[in-house]
Amino acid sequence: MTSLLLYRALLLLYPASWRAEYGDEMRAAFAARLRGASGFPGKLWLWLEVIPDLIPSAAAVQFDVLGQDLRYAARTLRRSPSFAIAAVAIGAIGIGATTAAFTMVDHVMIRPFPYVQADRLVKLTESPIDKPGDWDVSPANYRDWKQMSRSFSGMEAYRSLSADVSGQGEPRRLDGASLTAGALQLLGVRPLLGRWFTEADDTDAAHCVILSYGLWQSQYGGDAAVLGSVIRLDGRPHTIIGVMPRDFYFPNRTALLWTTMHWAPDAFEDRTDTYIFGVARLKPGVRVEEARAEMRGIGARIARAYPQQLANLTVRTIRLRDDVSPRSLLVLKVLSGAALCVLLIACTNLANLLLARAMVRRRELSVRTALGAGRERLARQMLTESLILTLAGGGLGWLLAHVMLPLLVKLIPVSLPLAEIPPLDHGILILAMVLVCATGLGFGLIPALRGQRQILSGLREGGRWGIGGARQRLRSALVMIEVAGSVMLLVGFGLLSRALLRVEAVDPGFHAEHVLTLETSLPMPRFETEEARDPFYRRVLSETRRLPGVRVASYISFLPMVHGGGIWPVEIEGHPLDVALRPRVSLRFVTPGFFSAMGIPLRMGRDVRESDIHKQPYVAIVSQSFVNRHWPGLDPIGRHFTMADVPRTVVGVAGDIRVRGLERESEPQVYLSWEQADNVSSWYAPKDLVVRVSGDPLLLAPAIRRIIHEADPEVPISDVRPLDDIVSAETETRRVQLAVLGAFGAVAFLLAAVGIHSLLAFAVSQRTQEIGVRMALGAKSRDIVGMTLFDGLKLAAIGIAAGVAIALAEGSCLDSLLFGVAPYDLATFAAAAALAMLMTLAGSLIPALRAVRIDPTAAIRAE
Amino acid sequence: MPASQLPDPQSLLPLPTVTFHILMAVAAGDRHGYAIIQDVAERTGNRLRLGAGTLYRSLERMLRQGLIEETGDRPAPEIDDERRRYYRITRRGEAVARAEAARLTDLVRMARASGFAKGRA
Repeated sequence: MTSLLLYRALLLLYPASWRAEYGDEMRAAFAARLRGASGFPGKLWLWLEVIPDLIPSAAAVQFDVLGQDLRYAARTLRRSPSFAIAAVAIGAIGIGATTAAFTMVDHVMIRPFPYVQADRLVKLTESPIDKPGDWDVSPANYRDWKQMSRSFSGMEAYRSLSADVSGQGEPRRLDGASLTAGALQLLGVRPLLGRWFTEADDTDAAHCVILSYGLWQSQYGGDAAVLGSVIRLDGRPHTIIGVMPRDFYFPNRTALLWTTMHWAPDAFEDRTDTYIFGVARLKPGVRVEEARAEMRGIGARIARAYPQQLANLTVRTIRLRDDVSPRSLLVLKVLSGAALCVLLIACTNLANLLLARAMVRRRELSVRTALGAGRERLARQMLTESLILTLAGGGLGWLLAHVMLPLLVKLIPVSLPLAEIPPLDHGILILAMVLVCATGLGFGLIPALRGQRQILSGLREGGRWGIGGARQRLRSALVMIEVAGSVMLLVGFGLLSRALLRVEAVDPGFHAEHVLTLETSLPMPRFETEEARDPFYRRVLSETRRLPGVRVASYISFLPMVHGGGIWPVEIEGHPLDVALRPRVSLRFVTPGFFSAMGIPLRMGRDVRESDIHKQPYVAIVSQSFVNRHWPGLDPIGRHFTMADVPRTVVGVAGDIRVRGLERESEPQVYLSWEQADNVSSWYAPKDLVVRVSGDPLLLAPAIRRIIHEADPEVPISDVRPLDDIVSAETETRRVQLAVLGAFGAVAFLLAAVGIHSLLAFAVSQRTQEIGVRMALGAKSRDIVGMTLFDGLKLAAIGIAAGVAIALAEGSCLDSLLFGVAPYDLATFAAAAALAMLMTLAGSLIPALRAVRIDPTAAIRAE
Repeated sequence: MPASQLPDPQSLLPLPTVTFHILMAVAAGDRHGYAIIQDVAERTGNRLRLGAGTLYRSLERMLRQGLIEETGDRPAPEIDDERRRYYRITRRGEAVARAEAARLTDLVRMARASGFAKGRA
């Protein structure tokens, strides 16, 4: 008895259709042999024969059936190529968009950083007590945090670094980071070659450098003999002691080399001299909230000890992984929302397509059912069809996602310590494919199965059956969802386009046309003093000015928009304040001619002059907002303020410029003479060259390069570009964002139009007779067209109303990206609604015209 | 499947051994599945014992190829088992079996000529 049961269970390996056909036979044959087998050895022998027979044969049968189903599906799909193409394309779009978008979400928010137990690492910075902020730390504060805290098993510090690398071909400016000796150990990543830094490397005497894998490959061809060789960073020889592994990045993707940080003994005196960040590893069992509370307490204690320097400051403790700007997060949310919307629309469209197909195929299915095809067999075939469509769609979607990813990466201008273009997330790809496949099954298979009984009755009635009211209603609902989704995307697109126009309309405060800019970072320490720099500036500027087509040339510390920092406190004469409370301005050193080179209007007084040199009175040009804030209504010329412990006299007033970029408020600007930089670090030394020309700025680049190279062959030249480009780079993220949203919106829009069209076309074909009768009874063409269009518009109206409601909520989420455009901007909503209406009309037009062309006599005769 | 869509008999050659044995088993008269197993075992002196899985997969394929057919006729009710299906060789089946036999005879003749087998070529 057990043997028979076991055999019955083994038969489950076969497809049900096979079991129905041969199951009884096989059991009977087995039973007959069982009767012949005597005792335990006989039965054992029987099983030893049966199992090696049954299992391969079951597999072969399954394989046969799969082959049949595949051939069958391929044949049916070939017979309706437009359906197959549409279904695959729709699936691909939904799958591709979702995969790309969520790969980005995963990349920016979730993927662990390449460190050991990265979730235990936190970043420590200073921040104002009353608002969010992420400010650098003074070495003194860092040292106290490290000594006082108990939550961490280790705390280290780092700062970004930019160094001229020479000794190998053209001098180059490379980004890197300075680290305290234990930082790499704290991160837990061993060098691929060589060793970590040690405490001994942390002295001023030992200069060593660790290379990134990328730099090692590109510059040294991956040669292991590189260890021990010497390169010059900013002129100082550094010994290469290690190479980090390929996937290691710290603190961001751009860092190509790492050196140790050297602190002079006096580095721990000034707590306002901030330039490092802390990184720490939580002790086992300590939660980040506990560490945060402890650090706040420590911050408060230190601030009480140094009330003047640390007023209003606290410590910010954040998981290293969570250090992503809120704006990037919002962009991501918009992106993934739009992708979900596209997926939803793709699925509804697919559902719609399949419902229509199921209705068309009822006849085929009923014939096959009548001929004895079992439910299971039909289900299997439709499953195979769905799988084929999904796999094709998934494959195409995978390609699509690969094309989209490099574009999406530009959306989020973060340089996380991860590879630039994230590997495609196959989990999400599969999830999206499962969703599409489920839609295919849900709307293709289930109705087919559920409708079987009714199909059979339909077959008996001959070729005629009803419209399938419930199903048509479902299809209408799906179309409404599509309309609502596309309205949502259109509104998002519209609002963000208007925001872009607004940002582009912002006056940067200077005239960017016909200006060439480039950076000549001056190798330190050779150029540390003003005396050393001065001959270089004079030579380069005078020779550049002599070039034909050059109108003005000038040097500045940092170009606006390229570098927004360089903030310094000032003390206005007659308003003494603690350092922390002093007004902060954007400080730049310039050579004469800067304002005319940039096209910044000089409102009062004069420019910096050649004569404003070291021994002369210290002069300053301030921006209009500086005057408005500190001397409203007064004549600013001749007034004084103190900066870097030196009193300065205002000699001119310039127009304000957008130092921090088009979308951000900038501090008031103060420009000082390039020769009067006492007490200010050489970091502020002018190194960005601005040349106003009369023609195409890039044409002069080779000549200017030559001049600089002749003036000093060790000075690296980088970032040669027109000022225009710098300004348009400001809006690049927005443009990419719009392109993505626009593409998503266009796809959604198109899909919705197709959905409306196919729904109405089907309705018209089902109502041929009714329309024929109406026409025979005297209905005019106009009435028939009106009737069809009305059906479409009714759907659109409901969809638009829903879309507008959702878009209103959407707009308020987008608020911080809208740059002042109202989230409920009437024009945008009206345009989106109108477009959706137009789309409906366009989608309904062909079915409506087809309805008119119905020949009443033929239609009624068919009845 | 209409006969016009059936594959050319020549394209079925050489026949799988199991198929040839089944054809020989049903040539003598209609047989049900278990009877075919017994028949083949007897004919080969138990050297070929078909498993049910192999048998029914072969039968299913042979039905598709039009080599055999299911019979509607049943033996007398007292020896019939309701579950059983009986298979009968078709003309096409006979033709294919003959072609296979001729092919094998030919082969044996050539083997004799080469001295691989006893007997006259």
